[in-house]
Amino acid sequence: MAALETPQPSTLRHAFGNVLSIFVLLLIGVFAFSIRLFSVIKYESVIHEFDPYFNYRVTQFLTKNGIYDFWNWFDDRTWYPLGRVIGGTVYPGLTLTAGTLWRILNTLNIPLSVETVCVFTAPIFSAFASWATYLLTKEVKGVGAGLTAAALLAMVPSYISRSVAGSYDNEAVAIFALIFTFYLYIKALNTGSLFYATLNAIAYFYMVCSWGGYTFIINLIPMHVLLCIVTGRYSSRLYIAYAPLVVLGTLLASLVPVVGFNAVMTSEHFASFLVFIIIHVVALVYYIKGMISPQMFKVAVTLVVSVGLIVCGAVLAVLIALVASSPTKGWSGRSLSLLDPTYASKYIPIIASVSEHQPPTWPSYFMDINVLAFLVPAGIIACFLPLSDASSFAVLYIATSVYFSGVMVRLMLVLAPAACIMSGIALSEAFGVFTRSIKFQLPGVSQNSPVNAGDAGNVMQNDVVKTEKSEDSLKERPSRKNKKKEKDKVERASVVPQIEKRLLVLPLEASIIAIFLLVLLGAFYVVHCVWAAAEAYSAPSIVLTSRSHDGLHVFDDFREAYGWLRHNTEVDDKVASWWDYGYQTTAMANRTVIVDNNTWNNTHIATVGTAMSSPEKAAWEIFNSLDVKYVLVVFGGLVGYPSDDINKFLWMVRIGGGVFPHIKEPDYLRDGQYRIDSQATPTMLNCLMYKLSYYRFVETDGKGFDRVRNTEIGKKYFKLTHFEEVFTTHHWMVRIYKLKPPKNRIRGKTKKAKSKASSKRSGTPKKNPWH
Amino acid sequence: MSGRKSITISLLILNLLSFLPLLTISFSPDQPTDRRILVLLDDLALKSSHSIFFTSLQSRGFDLDFKLADDPSIAVKRYGQYLYDGLILFSPSTDRLGGSLDLEGVLDFVDSGHDLILAADVSASDLIRSIAAECGVDFDEDASAMVIDHTGYAVSQLEGDHTLVAADDFVQSDIILGNTKIEAPVLFKGTGHSLNPDNSLVLKVLSASSSAYSSNPASKLSNPPSLTGSAISLVSVVQARNNARIIISGSLDLFSNRLFRSGVQKAGSSYKFEKSGNEQFVTELSKWVFHERGHLKAVNLKHNKVGGTDEPSMYRINDDLEFSVEIYEWTGTSWVPYVANDVQVQFYMMSPYVLKTLSTDQKGLYHTSFKVPDVYGVFQFKVEYQRLGYTSLSLSKQIPVRPFRHNEYERFITTAFPYYGASFSTMAGFFIFSIVYLYNK
Repeated sequence: MAALETPQPSTLRHAFGNVLSIFVLLLIGVFAFSIRLFSVIKYESVIHEFDPYFNYRVTQFLTKNGIYDFWNWFDDRTWYPLGRVIGGTVYPGLTLTAGTLWRILNTLNIPLSVETVCVFTAPIFSAFASWATYLLTKEVKGVGAGLTAAALLAMVPSYISRSVAGSYDNEAVAIFALIFTFYLYIKALNTGSLFYATLNAIAYFYMVCSWGGYTFIINLIPMHVLLCIVTGRYSSRLYIAYAPLVVLGTLLASLVPVVGFNAVMTSEHFASFLVFIIIHVVALVYYIKGMISPQMFKVAVTLVVSVGLIVCGAVLAVLIALVASSPTKGWSGRSLSLLDPTYASKYIPIIASVSEHQPPTWPSYFMDINVLAFLVPAGIIACFLPLSDASSFAVLYIATSVYFSGVMVRLMLVLAPAACIMSGIALSEAFGVFTRSIKFQLPGVSQNSPVNAGDAGNVMQNDVVKTEKSEDSLKERPSRKNKKKEKDKVERASVVPQIEKRLLVLPLEASIIAIFLLVLLGAFYVVHCVWAAAEAYSAPSIVLTSRSHDGLHVFDDFREAYGWLRHNTEVDDKVASWWDYGYQTTAMANRTVIVDNNTWNNTHIATVGTAMSSPEKAAWEIFNSLDVKYVLVVFGGLVGYPSDDINKFLWMVRIGGGVFPHIKEPDYLRDGQYRIDSQATPTMLNCLMYKLSYYRFVETDGKGFDRVRNTEIGKKYFKLTHFEEVFTTHHWMVRIYKLKPPKNRIRGKTKKAKSKASSKRSGTPKKNPWH
Repeated sequence: MSGRKSITISLLILNLLSFLPLLTISFSPDQPTDRRILVLLDDLALKSSHSIFFTSLQSRGFDLDFKLADDPSIAVKRYGQYLYDGLILFSPSTDRLGGSLDLEGVLDFVDSGHDLILAADVSASDLIRSIAAECGVDFDEDASAMVIDHTGYAVSQLEGDHTLVAADDFVQSDIILGNTKIEAPVLFKGTGHSLNPDNSLVLKVLSASSSAYSSNPASKLSNPPSLTGSAISLVSVVQARNNARIIISGSLDLFSNRLFRSGVQKAGSSYKFEKSGNEQFVTELSKWVFHERGHLKAVNLKHNKVGGTDEPSMYRINDDLEFSVEIYEWTGTSWVPYVANDVQVQFYMMSPYVLKTLSTDQKGLYHTSFKVPDVYGVFQFKVEYQRLGYTSLSLSKQIPVRPFRHNEYERFITTAFPYYGASFSTMAGFFIFSIVYLYNK
């Protein structure tokens, strides 16, 4: 293929390269979509995890009731009795996207269910995301790097983990929006076109609609602008790329109900305004510099600097006063825990309790981005050879996202595209160098070197663009001073390869071996990614499987339990559980819950935590005051399901104790150790969570052996007085209890033996936090 | 599948048909007075010795079924349906009830909403004592103890140990004891009991005077008696949470013809009543316990926006709404409007946000109107009405309150005029600037 190309005139070669790259991109899109279908094939077309169920429910509401009702939706089936204003507290991007998709399909007479559309939204958007990556990387380092980065992103495990079919979460569309916004910013920066700057603001708006991570954009872009200004790279293109984004972007962002005035009032957004002021000052300085003589300019500089300092001081004072007047210094808890990684564990147990908010371990880097972790440094070096505005942005992007991913494992997702871009650059540069070395040493046999045709296309293409780029960046500096009116023309004209003299040429054998090793590395990456997609990240977590010597076991207890609730309880009954299961209960069982995964009211969650960690009687009173009819606990002791309520229990104690101080964590620990065996503290053995989890557990195997904690439980035989078991699923993973009504009669105290117990019970001080 | 379903449905209909005649004459929410009453006796002689009481019940339309307490054919329940609406246990000495009835059976009978008259006596059996204890009444632990009152005894020729007490310390409630004041003291001879003051369901109807105490009259008093003074209750009533009513008396003789007819002269008083208060007391109490009096029902709990008639599924904050509920009282034969000025409604979300006394139109309709508070959430209309002697009313109806819709806010507000001015002047300024910049070269 390459052999065919070489003799052709360069325009034909160009056209062929374009067609080829479009074809490759199409394949990448198909690949990105299909690698995410393992979950559908291995399990079924079903919504995964917790948050997706809420998004699914919201989408159903949207498709049924229309956008205005969605905007004004007051949900009375969650956070009972407070309710939740869904329209004003949800990022609507994902829902609107899927809803629109569904509507379009239905108008085309393709009658797909809402659920199907929701399941496949994430794979579709990951194809879009890989195309956006291509565009962004193309702007940074050319087509070859773009294609490589797109291919890498299509299968990066970190992104797969959040976008397999069924993982219907905000991140599914947000990553596409993030990359696309960055692309448009770089495009606007490279071209200086107001059109792209406006598109950029609109893409930013879509990102704000989709995910709270938009603050990353509105901080990263100002940082880059500041970097450009400080390094003397200010240009009118920079101004055009940035100023419309701030003005339009902020206006548009404040249209999203969940953001609203936050767009101008919280500290997350202040950086952009500060840089907005600075870029104007700098623009003014450049303008004045162009108008007046150097001597006058010096005078003006001193004048402006002094005035500017005063203005800055005033603005700073106002800002500091504003920031200091708010209790959290204007930052939201999640942002604070980003800046100070220890913040959450110290002050907000509810953020720290979520596993995806924990810092990642080293193996998780290898698991999630695999060989990219080693290619990133090479990519960074490639970005400095030579450094352009666009490549400096890429470097800044990778640097910040590495930091953020180190704070929260969930932000590994932001790192993944950056790592793909960097690795794409690194790989394509490396291929470029090696194939060029081979080509120059063996003129005429260059078609032997690449392993397959796709690579050849990439490399050749890359070669050309590489030259274009280096040409371009060479010309950039002088042309900037002449306000570079002719820049576009220069770019279009620079096709003549005149590279030989500057290029690093490696020995032939070394090049061949290196290319072989690189292909091996790529192959290893592909194998790892496919394995991760097939095995590690495809489990929907509501259906579990385990493989043992006698075959495959399927644990479908969650849906069994929710189905039971849906069919056997009254429509208005309230179900209490730990907040993890709130979204699923409302979506699958259609019952009112007390708390759910939108953890907006800490006190309410603490109330449930307190009830779970209280003795039965006190817990009954708390639940009764909340009109709770059923209590649902998740118990993994029988089948060894580790993320059950007993393992989450210490967080309930911590969160409950944070608001109601009579719950003390040390009461539940024996010598600082969390245990449920015979050494456990009496408080632990008498709390509601223990009782509801282990009620009748001893009947299963006769000794009550917990297969998660690997111990025999401490208290085996006990009765429940205020709760009754109404349903336990097949593998005991979900147990549902009903609150008994208050006693019809109140006993006297004649019988000696029972009188003590009853008087003690009635004498317990009320621990109901509502009183 | 469908075949089985149709069979069950036809069975259900058959069941309903067979019970229909029973249901029409028995206790029901619409006809809350009891009809069929099982009377368990120690001795069939009681039937004649307490005939006045039984006759008064029968004359009021009750269908009494007398059985010996150890009759093996006793059954209160068949096929899950109770055969009786009330139970009179005049068998203080029975240790075991006959047939399938036992302690649990009696308690289940009460817990399913049926009424009970329990008469104990000196040396009552453990069974009777445990039934009483389960209902919150503790008889004197000394089985042979009697209530003795050396100042409040009834003067008589025969008995000199002052165990025939003339008690006149009644509970102040027209609902329980009827409108007519009981003039004559009630003669009581039997064992006393105490109540747990924390127990809100049980109530002393007839308490002993402050000089009474409980002890065995035959033996010397060596230790201070465990029950003394007005803490001793002679007759108590219980209204369980499901509105089942229970009378517990420490004396079986209280109901006897002998004490009904006997005259009474209280010690220290010169006036001698021709007839004791027993008959009036017991009759009125039995009217109460069998739901001929003091039974309320609340129906038609309705709410709507002021100006509307339909019940909305959701209110908006600051809506004005009207609330109404109808409350009726059962007279034994028909429902009449209940008239009171202390019925309140709460608009409740974890705590009452609005608490309003309802005004009545004297025809049973209670209504009020108020403004929904400026708080959104899932509220409840709650009517909690608990008055002495009446069945408790506890109604709640859930209603969500939503915030303003996006287009329900005011579009232009005065305080924002400076901002409107600022934005429009900026627009004008930009326009002028553009013209000047573009065309002024």
